[in-house]
This record gives sequence, structure tokens and C-alpha cells, in this order.
Amino acid sequence: MNDWIERQRHLLDFTLTSLARRKTKNIGLLVVFALLVFVLASVSLYTQALRSEAVRVLEQSPEIVVQRLVAGRHDLIPPDYLEGIGRLRGVRSIETRLWGYYYDPVLKANYTLMVPRTRTIEQGEIVVGPALEHTRGLGTNTGISLRAYSGELHTFLVTDVLPHETELMSADLVLMNEGDFRRFFNFPDGHYTDIVLSVANPREVRNIGLKLMEMLPDARPILREEVLRTYNSIYAWREGLLLALLSASILAFGILAWEKSTGLSADERREIGILKAIGWETGDVIRMKFWEGFVIAFSAFLFGYVLAYVHVFYLRFFLFEPVLKGWAVLYPRFALTPQIDAMQLITLFIFTVVPYVAAVLVPIWRAATTDPDTVMRS
Amino acid sequence: MLRRPSSRLFTIWIIALVAMTASFVDAWRLARTNDAAIERTAELVEQLRLTDPVLFTEARYTRHPTQADLHSAFQSHPLALEHFPSGTLIPPTIRGAYERLD
Repeated sequence: MNDWIERQRHLLDFTLTSLARRKTKNIGLLVVFALLVFVLASVSLYTQALRSEAVRVLEQSPEIVVQRLVAGRHDLIPPDYLEGIGRLRGVRSIETRLWGYYYDPVLKANYTLMVPRTRTIEQGEIVVGPALEHTRGLGTNTGISLRAYSGELHTFLVTDVLPHETELMSADLVLMNEGDFRRFFNFPDGHYTDIVLSVANPREVRNIGLKLMEMLPDARPILREEVLRTYNSIYAWREGLLLALLSASILAFGILAWEKSTGLSADERREIGILKAIGWETGDVIRMKFWEGFVIAFSAFLFGYVLAYVHVFYLRFFLFEPVLKGWAVLYPRFALTPQIDAMQLITLFIFTVVPYVAAVLVPIWRAATTDPDTVMRS
Repeated sequence: MLRRPSSRLFTIWIIALVAMTASFVDAWRLARTNDAAIERTAELVEQLRLTDPVLFTEARYTRHPTQADLHSAFQSHPLALEHFPSGTLIPPTIRGAYERLD
């Protein structure tokens, strides 16, 4: 065993000396390879962490949200709707929601204005999300004037800022009193944005949704499982989209690696010929070249992964932030919780290290099995 | 000992492997540290009956993708092309999400 290890170490020493002779080329290859792993690992780590965090918090989202559609558009819930739904068996509680959007021309950003049911907010006061604090400069006891859709100016006093650790869900929220909300939007009394239902038996959620559609054909029930499925699908799509954009660079790297490994240089051919002429066995030449591919690919994998981890969880994914931010002015600053699973790492390893090592070995095997004289003369 | 090239390589690999292992330990540590924050966010979701994370605030149908009606992207006119950047990051129709009830 010791002999075998010592033999491999000698081969590795020889390989490293050989790599050092073409230092610039090999360091360049290592950097490009590490960058590729870095990008792939960043996308994978970010998406996985965001998906699991969003799905975990959204498990507390309403079991059923009922919207009303008029001519294919979301419309207000009229008072008689609530009476009808109240008669449905299996519905444990019915709550109404009042929320809407407000475009702030000062910041050129959209806020979500909402009336909380579990918190009392006095008239003329608001509670804002953390993004409004750091983007609009709104802190506790500061005032803000918002122009209502009627053209009238409404002034509010900020009494609290929602906790920063909830920013992923609360960044753009403005919580206000029901009376203020109705006056601000000129919202008719007894009407609501939508209805939230909770169901006594979780297995009955789908049936209740179907009954609702029978009873109120213009209603659109949105189940919690649909919300969760939507977010799973959005992250899968986004990850897929980023990977599709990256596919060009992956392909370019593939061509580079293939070109480097298949087009053996005259130097490399001569090296193989000399090694065979001085008594190296074909197996030793192949092992030496295996180490050459493995040293580059494995080093790139380790560096790329560690850099990606730091980029996603300590530098807040800043290189890709502009892509995710789009034209949005308000963007949450949130720290993601890493979700690393073995399968994710193994997949990354298989898709990066294995193809490269294989691409190096195939042409070498061909060259190493031919006669040394022919190899040197070709 | 470090005069052999392989020894130098092993030293670099060991440092990188230690950094990689440290990332797993750090992930575990962060999961424990952030657990309270996630719980608090989940509580806020429950209290305010929230349905969507604040990922894209540029248009109302990107702010609440689960609540927006499926045609909002085309609200300007039926052949309007989607022009918000996050429209490229959200699937045009969420396949399978509404198949049973709608």
C-alpha cells in the first residue's frame, strides 16, 4: 500500500513540475474553471436557500384567499359575498383583507398599503416596512405626506418600523388604520380587497375551493398549496433561466477544455514519447495525465465553491443582484440561511470535475497506447 | 517536507477542504442563528395574512405573483409585450399551479 501511495506521489510530483512548465496557460485554465464553478455554485446555493426560506414562511400564509373577478380583472368583494361564504360547511373562520398598491412619485417605487387585523393602528399613524426606512429615510416619529388618488394630500406619522429580520416579507409594507385606508383610496364601505378563509379540516381545502366556485362563479379561490407551488416553480424557472444564460459560457469552457485536451501539443506528444522510450508504462502515462486533469478540476471545484459560499451568504449575492432587482427601487436586504445538501454538491462535482478529467484522459489514452517512435515523429 | 510539489499541493487542498468544511459548519450555525428570525417572519406572515415575498416591486403583478390575475402582464393591450425586467424571471403562466381549480 505504501509503495502504491509513494508511486502516486512521485507521479503527482512529476505532473506538477510538468504543469509548472506551462504555468501561464494552466493558471489561466484554473482561474476560468474556478469562475465557472463559482457562478454555477452561486446560482445553486442562492436559489436553494431562497426557495426553502420562502416556502417555510409561506406555510403560514392563508389556507384560502378568495378574490372576485370582473371581466377577467381583480375586483372588490361586495358585502353579500361574505354572507354566502359564511354558510359553507367546513369553513372555520372568515376574515377580510384590505390592501392595495400606492405608487410614490418621490421615490418612483410601489408600496403595499395594508390594514392589519391583529394590530391596532391609530388614525393618522402608519407602520412601515424596513425598506422604506433605508430607502425613503422614514424612521419612528417621522412624518410623510402621500397624495391620494383623489389628489388630496394625506399626512401620516410613522410610529414603528417592522423588524429588519422580516424584510423578505415586509420590505415595502405600509400598515395603516382602516378609516385612513378607506379615505385614502376612496374605498367604498363594506367592500374589501379579498377574503381569507381558514378551514377546519386541512383535507377539505380543495373541496371548499370547488364549492366556492360553484356557489360564486365569479370568485377565484387561491389555495395555500398553489402559492407554495408557484414559488417552487418561480425559483426553478429562475434557476433554469440563469443556467440557460450561463450555458453559453459553459459551452465555451467545454470547447476550451476539449481543445486543450484533444489537441495535444507537439511538446506533450514528445513528452509522452520520451517517457515511453525511457521505460514508462502506458498505465503510468495515463495515471500521470489523470492527475494533471484532476489537480486542475478538483482545485477549481474547491476554490469556486468556497468563493460562491462567501459571495451568496456574506456578500449578499451582489454580482447578480442587478439581474434580480430589475427596475425595482425598493429591494429587501435580507440575509439568507444556507441550505446545503449533499446531492447539490455531488451534482456540481459530477457536472464540473468528471467531464474535464474524462476529456483529458481520452486523447492521452490514444497517444499513450501508440508506439513511442511514431508518437515522437508525428 | 514542503520541498516536494505534491506536499505543497496537499497543503493547498487541505486548506481549501478545511474552508469547505467550515462552510458546512457555518451553514449549520447560520441556520440556528437565523431560526428565530425565520420564525418571526412566519409569525408576521400569519398575523398579516401575507402571501408573497417582496422580491420584485417594480410592477403589481410581479410584487404578488400568486395574487395577480394571469393576464395582468397584458393589461395595456392584448398584444402588449412584457417589458419589466423581472417579467423575464417569472414564468409567463405558472404551469400546474392553477390547473385543478381554474
